[in-house]
Amino acid sequence: MELSRVDAIIERNGSRGASLLAILQDVQDEANYLPREALEHVSKRLELPLARVYAMATFFQAFHLEPRGKYVCTVCMGTACHVRGAARLVEQLERDLEVKSGGTTKDLQFTVEEVNCVGACALGPLVIINGEYHGTMTADRLTKTVEGLKKAEGGTR
Amino acid sequence: MTLNLTINGVRVEAEEGESLLDVARRNGFEIPSLCHHEAVAAYGACRLCLVEVTKGGRKKLTTSCNYEVLGGIEVVTESAAIRRHRAMVLELILAEAPESATVKALAAEYGVTRSRFAASGAGEDRDGCILCGLCARVCAEVVGANALTFRKRGDNRQMGTPFVEEPQTCIACGACAWVCPTSCVGFDEQNGERKVHRWKRSLPLAKTEKGHAFAPQFQLFHFRKLAKLEADFYKKAPGER
Ligand code: SF4
Ligand code: SF4
Ligand code: FES
Repeated sequence: MELSRVDAIIERNGSRGASLLAILQDVQDEANYLPREALEHVSKRLELPLARVYAMATFFQAFHLEPRGKYVCTVCMGTACHVRGAARLVEQLERDLEVKSGGTTKDLQFTVEEVNCVGACALGPLVIINGEYHGTMTADRLTKTVEGLKKAEGGTR
Repeated sequence: MTLNLTINGVRVEAEEGESLLDVARRNGFEIPSLCHHEAVAAYGACRLCLVEVTKGGRKKLTTSCNYEVLGGIEVVTESAAIRRHRAMVLELILAEAPESATVKALAAEYGVTRSRFAASGAGEDRDGCILCGLCARVCAEVVGANALTFRKRGDNRQMGTPFVEEPQTCIACGACAWVCPTSCVGFDEQNGERKVHRWKRSLPLAKTEKGHAFAPQFQLFHFRKLAKLEADFYKKAPGER
């Protein structure tokens, strides 16, 4: 991420400690994660200790310190989804994408993660891909969906 | 303004803004604590300083280190219930710091010699740390180096340095190791170098004109700046002046 982009975000939110959370949110929106250089730059510009910026960046689940994939596949692990085989869906994704749950593929295309419950139990088992809900998912259909996305990206993988 | 309150039935006086822990201790009442230090702001992390406060006829258990005294309250610092709560807290703390002599001794006073709990095992460097936050508060409020912080939260909470790397703002003063209640920071000086083990920080010691290894250069620089001293002030150690 260009530091000039971080500067623009700081300008927009105000260069003060109270804006830290809003600034980090905007950085993550743009870069998809919180790059280290950006955190260091924010610390310098706001004259806040890096320790404080880092503390906030690691406190909230919504922030990520590692790059995330273009497609974020979130498997709901709530009770209803769980009893309908959500764990198998996670395994399927891990196999298809060759990445551990919580991780991102090397080509930065896919992130696999679990969430405890999104409250759409009637649709379980549920996989959310970039905010789009795919209900009553099966392992086969999940593989096909992922294949489809890979193809749409030019079959690079 | 002077306030009147009672502690274990004894009338005592306090100034507005004082903490209950300070007032009680000043008057000779013992209250255990692990996360409190007079040099830094109270934080309420260890929960050992629990006491019972009755205010307007209502009783409650509260931590005393971060409780500002009020006029007319009645405080009890020891009771079966209080001891039971502290014993439970100590059992939880003992699980995290089973090697700490301080924790073991304190736990023994409350009849706790072993813990039924497993250490949270949140991560590689949670070893012996009870997350009291004293090191980070001292580093920020007293030293001014801001080298330490909590990261993450809940079960995954850990104390450490930004990006879990050698902290660039750490002056290796050792204050964190000194205040750590479980002595889990670790600190030594050898071969002209000072090391703060837990944070993996090591800095060369500056030498005086007479060649005595004295203190880390960075620390002296920091002190010179804070106290506005001459550039060559530390060419002589205090004993050599
Ligand atoms: S040794 Fe480093 S981390 Fe510890 S209090 Fe001093 S400056 Fe802070
Ligand atoms: S390292 Fe020591 S002082 Fe710091 S939080 Fe852990 S127990 Fe407390
Ligand atoms: S001394 Fe009060 S909570 Fe630790």
